Parts: sequence; structure tokens; C-alpha cells
Amino acid sequence: MEIGLGHYLTVSAIVFTLGVLGIFLNRKNVIIILMSIEMMLLAVNLNLVAFSTFLHDLVGQIFAMIILTVAAAEAAIGLAILVVYFRNRGSIRVEDINMMKG
Amino acid sequence: MILQGIAFYVFAALLVASGVMVISARNPVHSVLYLILAFFQAAGLCVLMGAEFIAMILIIVYVGAVAVLFLFVVMMLDINFRELRQGALETLPLGALIGLILLAELVAVLGGWIVAPGVASIAGAPTPALDQVTNTHALGQLMYTQYVYLFQASGIVLLIAMIGAIVLTLRQRAGVRKQNVGVQIARHRDDVVVIRKVTTGEGV
Repeated sequence: MEIGLGHYLTVSAIVFTLGVLGIFLNRKNVIIILMSIEMMLLAVNLNLVAFSTFLHDLVGQIFAMIILTVAAAEAAIGLAILVVYFRNRGSIRVEDINMMKG
Repeated sequence: MILQGIAFYVFAALLVASGVMVISARNPVHSVLYLILAFFQAAGLCVLMGAEFIAMILIIVYVGAVAVLFLFVVMMLDINFRELRQGALETLPLGALIGLILLAELVAVLGGWIVAPGVASIAGAPTPALDQVTNTHALGQLMYTQYVYLFQASGIVLLIAMIGAIVLTLRQRAGVRKQNVGVQIARHRDDVVVIRKVTTGEGV
């Protein structure tokens, strides 16, 4: 059986959906939410690489690397905010994050 | 071809299984470890597709940096995770419904993707033949010429993220005596030293 573009796109669609489901399932835990976002970015990367290789166009892989950079920066900043928040409040419950309400 | 199919299904099944474990594991440390497993499977899929540089970068960046950062934060913060999991099942029906709809839409749109016949002629940067240039070499040739501004912009993004993370987590503790170089340099001899003539036998 030939493994085609559709197979890879289906796998990445499943992983993306798992990321969305993770945000719903772990509504209170910011760390798992951040991990779910990483998983969604991974799915997008898989999509880009799949299109890049099946269309014989290298630009998709360049784009995947840029997304990787942004994902790394996002994880670093997100976790830094998390650490500062935990230091100030002693908890990371999402419901407690309402200090910025006017 | 059979081997490729087997490898694809093994990688894909493990990727999906570890993705499920990431969002459903009770212990967040296990979640991070399953996330690392998922990244490895994704790297395997990339190798299978022929994008080996992206695969290695996935392992180096995601497993080496991001996942270890997650692990570090999870272990450093003293959090009662059991309390955080309460009420997770209330949102499960809604989440599952939305997930199913999203999955059905994505698979319906992407699963039956067919590449138009003339699309190879309009590629932005056609992949060179593998026997002439390797994947890494071709990517480098493209990234450092045509996309050099994008490359430098991503460097700036990383620099700002690094500065931001340091500024956010830098803590000035009260009551700790530290060396203050500015004050030391600004100190002048006339402000702090007084010379007095002391007469013998009288004291100051």
C-alpha cells in the first residue's frame, strides 16, 4: 500500500485535534495547556513538511524551521511567565488568573 | 514499499498514542515524557518523508530544549496537580464533540488531498535531486540566500525571547547585600574621609 500525502496529513490532523482536546480536558493546568499548544505546533510542522516533500518544494521546510523558532520562543516566554506567576500567587490555576480584569 | 508502510504506521500509531497520553496522564512529569516520545515519532515521520534536517532539528530543539524546559518547570514548581485535575470530566463531552467535529473536518479536507498535475512547475524553490545535493545542503543554500532576512528575523525573535525570559524571572531579593559598582565608583574621597589634626594626649 502506497503511503501518500493524505496519510501524513491525516496523522497531523489527529495530533492537532489531540492538542485542541488537551486544552479542553486540562482547563485548569497551564503547563498541560502549553504542552497541548506545542503539540498543535508540531502537527502544523508535520503538515508543512509533508506538503514540502510531496510537492518537491523546499520552502515548506524553511517555513517549518521558522515555526520551530517561534515555538521555542513561545515556550520559553510562557514558562517564564508561569514561574513568575507561581512565585507571586503560589498556584497556577487558570481560574485565578484574573488580576488583569479592570 | 512494504517496509515504508510498516514504518509509517508504527510511527503514526505511537505518535497518536503518546499524544493521547500527554493530555490524559495523571502526573505532568509523565505528560512531558510522553511529549518527548511524540516528538521522536514526529522526527521519525520526517525522516520517512525525506526531510532529515527538520527531523534532527525537531529532536535537538524540541527534545533537547523545549521538553527539558517543561520538565524543569514541572519539577521546580511545587504544585498540587491532583487538585488541578478536578472538574476535568465536566468539559470532556463538549471537548470531545468539538474535537470530533474538528477532526472530521480536517480529515475531510486534508485526507483526500490530490496534487494537481502542473503544480511542480510553480514551486518556489524546487527540491534538487538527492544524488546531487543533500537535504541539509539544499536547505542551507536556500536559507542563507533567499531567506536570509527571515533567518535573521527569527534570530531576533529568539534574542528577544531570551531577554524577556531573563527579565521576567530575575528577582531582586530584599535584605541581600550585594556589590553595587555604580555607587562604588561614584564615591569620592572628600565625601567620606576627614583628616583631623589630633593633638597629643587629648584625643579627637
